[in-house]
Amino acid sequence: MYDVIIIGAGVTGCAAARELSRYELNGCVIEKNYDVCEGTSKANSGIIHAGYDAKPGSMMAEMNVEGNSMMDSLAEELDFPFRRNGSLVVCRREEDRPKIQELLERGRKNGVPDLRIVELEELRKLEPNISDEALCALYAPTAGIVCPMTMTIAFAENAAENGMNFMLGTEVLDIHKEDGFFTVVTDKGGLNARAVVSAAGIWGDFFHNRMNSRKIHITPRRGEYILLDKTCGGHVAHTIFPLPTALGKGVLAAPTVHGNLLIGPTAEDTDDREGTNVRGEGLDKLKSRAGENVKDLPFDQMITSFAGLRAHEDGYDFLIGESDENPGFFEAAGIESPGLSASPAIGRKIAEMVSGRYGFRLKQNFHSVRKGIVKPLEMSEEERQALILSDPLYGNIICRCNTVSEGEIRDAIRRPLGAAALDGVKRRTWAGMGRCQAGFCTPRIMDILAEKYGLALTDISKCGPGSQLAEGKLKDSL
Amino acid sequence: MYDYDLIVIGGGPAGLAAAISAYENGISKILILERDRELGGILNQCIHNGFGLHTFKEELTGPEYAARYVRKVLDLGIEYRTDTMVLDITPDKTVTAVNRKNGIIKLSAKTIILAMGCRERPRGALGIPGFRPAGIYTAGTAQRLVNMDGVMPGREIVILGSGDIGLIMARRLTLEGASVKVVAEILPYSGGLKRNIIQCLDDFGIPLQLSHTVVDIKGRKRVEGVTIAEVDDRLRPIPGTEKEYDCDTLLLSVGLIPENELSKSAGVELSRATKGPVVDESLETSVPGVFACGNVLHVHDLVDNVSEEAAYAGRSAARYAAGASSDARSQKVAVKAGQHVRYTVPSFVDPERTDETITIRFRVTDVLKNCSVRVLFDGVPVKTYKKRVVAPGEMEEVKIIREAFLAYHKLAEITIMIETEA
Repeated sequence: MYDVIIIGAGVTGCAAARELSRYELNGCVIEKNYDVCEGTSKANSGIIHAGYDAKPGSMMAEMNVEGNSMMDSLAEELDFPFRRNGSLVVCRREEDRPKIQELLERGRKNGVPDLRIVELEELRKLEPNISDEALCALYAPTAGIVCPMTMTIAFAENAAENGMNFMLGTEVLDIHKEDGFFTVVTDKGGLNARAVVSAAGIWGDFFHNRMNSRKIHITPRRGEYILLDKTCGGHVAHTIFPLPTALGKGVLAAPTVHGNLLIGPTAEDTDDREGTNVRGEGLDKLKSRAGENVKDLPFDQMITSFAGLRAHEDGYDFLIGESDENPGFFEAAGIESPGLSASPAIGRKIAEMVSGRYGFRLKQNFHSVRKGIVKPLEMSEEERQALILSDPLYGNIICRCNTVSEGEIRDAIRRPLGAAALDGVKRRTWAGMGRCQAGFCTPRIMDILAEKYGLALTDISKCGPGSQLAEGKLKDSL
Repeated sequence: MYDYDLIVIGGGPAGLAAAISAYENGISKILILERDRELGGILNQCIHNGFGLHTFKEELTGPEYAARYVRKVLDLGIEYRTDTMVLDITPDKTVTAVNRKNGIIKLSAKTIILAMGCRERPRGALGIPGFRPAGIYTAGTAQRLVNMDGVMPGREIVILGSGDIGLIMARRLTLEGASVKVVAEILPYSGGLKRNIIQCLDDFGIPLQLSHTVVDIKGRKRVEGVTIAEVDDRLRPIPGTEKEYDCDTLLLSVGLIPENELSKSAGVELSRATKGPVVDESLETSVPGVFACGNVLHVHDLVDNVSEEAAYAGRSAARYAAGASSDARSQKVAVKAGQHVRYTVPSFVDPERTDETITIRFRVTDVLKNCSVRVLFDGVPVKTYKKRVVAPGEMEEVKIIREAFLAYHKLAEITIMIETEA
């Protein structure tokens, strides 16, 4: 019997897992996909919001501002890229000024530091490529950009290193509570636990509704993105937002921590809980919307587009807490934007609630520091040379677009919760994420995966069973 | 003191021919840097024949053609390093590279020849809507999997793009047991060589749908199907013309882009039309002593032209290294792309320094029948020759003898244009 089972290994589940792994308990994260970070956590804006958007007093506001304040030390502790580049909400019409003012006041109520309104002259200095129609903007210096995948994976690796178990490729089908404990029914059998934490993203309402008579409802709200080449990474320095609407924060333009330019997301409700397809209309909408606030966007430098699904709950707030009807069932549901920003705070809150209820003790030997994959590209020339001479695989470049070496790819496979498919390698090393979009490195990464796992090339997949990259050997069907 | 008189970036057909030519023209301290595990470049995976009709009067396979040049490099004792990735080239011609054995190496060169070839345009750059499952490959990546790794990318194939690589792969995959359902081409004409349409599609009964494109990709884990629609004359999909195709693989042959990241860091000026370096008739770029040839300069259709162009670059590099002056070009004559011509290589010539014959290579903008290629000196036609057909997918060339230039005083501009029968 586990003390705690966490459903979902997205950023919320992994943050909770990491915080819970501080305690002496027997825990397990169950994730239906082949790898951690396969859901919305890999398909979002990568923005750490300042926290002026959410309604004062809401859980969203509280968790956003708290999460934001935790980011500097967390990024250092867990070794993931994070940068406070600041954000600008752009106002293009005089009659919209009150809305900017409203955001400012809301932000102050939420405890967001250093917010102020910048007028045109200063705005143009901050952003030379701002639209000619811009009049003023709300400037939030504490907003930042992060790599959501590295962050999620860092949480997961640190949790695993501190004793948290992970069952990947295992789908939770149902939960029951009997005799004071939970039975978690999965497609690979049942497990028992004293407590369950649901961090199930799009499926959060399913689990909530099994445990509570007051139902919640999640609508998948698709957000499509365009990613532009690294040569465009300096087109804007800050994250540029339009004024928010009822559907969300709107189409932003932002640099990424990897040096690309990201445009998006759209906001389109769908019935399809797996509807991560990008629509032609979505791409058109992005191009016209983003162009309203930023000029000369070089869309001919697009290298890819993708989409994620927000777990939008009808009440439009985070639901973080314990069930009254079924004590021991905890959840973080409806975690749409600012979910990423809030995740450190949500993880901590969940861990405090669970350990509070069960009296779990803090470990004496919790390893709070996680070291990421060694990147020769980020080293000085001397360090890099020493690394290659000690391990020549760091001198064998596999991904030419992002200059990723074989040493890094093998590290990605070897480490806790290591990559076992092409996407896992991509997410951990950034190989295949450049302008040729893995055209050059795919066969080479397949070779390495096959060798490390003792498999044939035809067994290697993009993201787990059913996504095989090659379909058999030559002439085997003749 | 330089480490090398010449460093050649890339050991494919362009780099090999350039190095050999440089050697034969007097440079001995040459180094070829190749990132793959063997010399030969993209030819190593082009196992079909048809290479060398002009150069050797034989029909060789890609590896056989490459082997002729690799053999020569070995016989001449030209130094080369494989598994070595060039990371940077500075305007003062310092090359930084990395490999397993030596780590990071920095080498200075008197001259550099850029021969990095090109890469394929991926799905992401086209913005094809739909999911992002396994089974979407550019044709070159699929070719590598089939011809070098011995595995099938899939079994039920749809191909977008009728460029040569797409056509070659249509045949290749069919021969290995796959079913190629259709080749869709967004333009009203094919971008590939006419002989490939016949030998790869017609001969195998594979339908070619011109003015069609892929508008959706289905399948979450692996491709399950694609939607193909007709396009209008502005290349926009026409609603109502969508047709579904079941398949497990989408192959893309939708454009080759010269790989010029290193050229940019060297300060080389690039042409917007070709995406390759702007060069003069000696194939020297805007950085003195840096030359370019092959697909990195402009994407070729025939490797024979690559070898010829590269040999020229090698000779130019040898002259530069021997001390031929490159400063203060006295008279630069611009070469302009006129009516129906998309680009020319070179972009300008210097008649004072030029060779006996200058070759100007160019591509046209449309398929044109019964037309004339015209060379104009300052607007006056000096050479005309008839062509039954010209096409964007078949590179053309004109040769102008030096005397023709010298006869013209104060020549400012050469224009290449196509005149169609009115």
